[in-house]
Amino acid sequence: MSEFKTLTKQGLWENNPALVQLLGLCPLLAVTASVTNALGLGLATLFVLIGSNITVSLVRQWVPQEIRIPVFVMVIATFVTIIQLLMNAYVYQLYQTLGIFIPLIVTNCAIIGRAEAYASKNKWNYAAIDGLMMGLGFAAVLVVLGGLREILGNGTLFDGAELLLGEWAKQLRIELFSLDYPLLLAILPPGAFIGMGFIIALKNRIDAKREELQASEKTVTRARVTAES
Amino acid sequence: MSFKVAAAPHGHSQKKTNQVMAWVVFALIPGVLIQSYFFGWGVWFQILIAVSVAYLSESICVWARERSARQALRDNTALVTAVLLAISIPPLAPWWIIVIGTLFSIVVVKQVYGGMGQNIFNPAMAGYVLLLISFPVQMTHWLPAAPIAPYDLGLWQTLHTIIFEYTPAGYDVEQLRTTVDGISMATPLDGVKTALDQGQILAEAYQQPMMASLAGIGWQWLNLGFLLGGAILLQQHVIRWHIPVGFLAGLLIPSFLAHIFAPSVMPGPVFHALSGATMLGAFFIATDPVSAATSDRGRLLFGLLIGLLVWIIRTWGGYPDAVAFAVLLANLCVPIIDRYTRPTVYGHHVGAKHDTE
Repeated sequence: MSEFKTLTKQGLWENNPALVQLLGLCPLLAVTASVTNALGLGLATLFVLIGSNITVSLVRQWVPQEIRIPVFVMVIATFVTIIQLLMNAYVYQLYQTLGIFIPLIVTNCAIIGRAEAYASKNKWNYAAIDGLMMGLGFAAVLVVLGGLREILGNGTLFDGAELLLGEWAKQLRIELFSLDYPLLLAILPPGAFIGMGFIIALKNRIDAKREELQASEKTVTRARVTAES
Repeated sequence: MSFKVAAAPHGHSQKKTNQVMAWVVFALIPGVLIQSYFFGWGVWFQILIAVSVAYLSESICVWARERSARQALRDNTALVTAVLLAISIPPLAPWWIIVIGTLFSIVVVKQVYGGMGQNIFNPAMAGYVLLLISFPVQMTHWLPAAPIAPYDLGLWQTLHTIIFEYTPAGYDVEQLRTTVDGISMATPLDGVKTALDQGQILAEAYQQPMMASLAGIGWQWLNLGFLLGGAILLQQHVIRWHIPVGFLAGLLIPSFLAHIFAPSVMPGPVFHALSGATMLGAFFIATDPVSAATSDRGRLLFGLLIGLLVWIIRTWGGYPDAVAFAVLLANLCVPIIDRYTRPTVYGHHVGAKHDTE
């Protein structure tokens, strides 16, 4: 059970593909202009990651070492094709908004990274959890960044959520404020880089603070033990 | 005989940072006076807002970073950033424009990178670019210069326009720019560029009402004012000649050659030298000691690069003026310029292979 716990912690926080490994930044920066787009791509990536992790793990005994990367890419491409056709069929408008970034999931380094680093060396159930947690970590960063940029650049949240979730999701749309002149920069590519920088800085700040707290607890105990020094 | 041993860089000026920065502000005065003569009271309000926001945000950042607030506030760098940004934007821009721009310059471009001396980008120009691409309408609404302006705004009317975005009589900035025959007056750079894009030749483009003998009405004097300020800075050894000369050479030589080869469509060097932010950029903005290259040769190259980029973007780019973009792009090239222009160490052969790593 502790392996599941480690995988959860690694995927969501300590080894987060977007914040720590800095993988898959191209789609991350390109589609996070709104929460809906971010969530759409996040879910697609999550699905591909789980699928490819399980498959790679199941076939790992029969894949020769020398050609493993092409095999992994084929597996990933298969799942990307599946998700692309599904999105084309059921969420057509979102499919059009995300455009080239759905097929480009194939080239997302986070996915092949997990296949190579984890799934090809571990049992399928662990690989599935790893894919789930890494995918959730990636999607969470996408949604946070998308929310940040949508609030700053448009004053709304979940604008156009019905494209992804169906008609009922129209009620999700929150209008925080309405500006005559929104901060265009937040929606343009530089806004993605600046926002991403701030999120990474925030994560590092939280980590540093936690470390500081732990260190201060430790020094207190040591001070008691070596009181004479 | 005794030799004084000093560590590099071997600066000869005895001025401290705060004095250098105070001289920069002092040298801006002729230009600002001319700007307020031709473009109204707005520039003073913009400076006032920018400086207050800059000091306030700098204090908060320095306090949050647990540094000495007194030292950070006394070095006058925030003052220079704020003033440069304030005189770069249109004088009648709404108040929140300059607030957002100054906040971004000070908090993100300067303090997040580590405060004074650590920023890799010129803070004022990064703030300007943020504003220009976020609020293109407000950032390009320059009023025509006073002699040809359809309306004459007083002190109170200017303040009212900056706060509420329209004059007490109810005119907004777009209407203020419009002449009786309903044509919006553009800045000289913008007007000439638009005319050329529409297929007119240069002689026709120069017939527009905002053009004067040398460049645009008002704008030519504004640039001469900043040139005078630049001369003060050079005379006081606050800046050295390499960056301004590089900048002007990079801008004027290509425009001169282009004008020789295509006199009907390429504006000449005089127009380029006295339009837009040329002189302000050459003497006050590109010479920022923090984000510029280090060695003399490097600074010459750095200036050349900015000037050339300004000419390229003005001629073929989407925006009428380009100093801010050019400065930011050149800031990005500074590490590579510094690497290849490192002065030869005393005792080594010129051109000898350095042990680079």
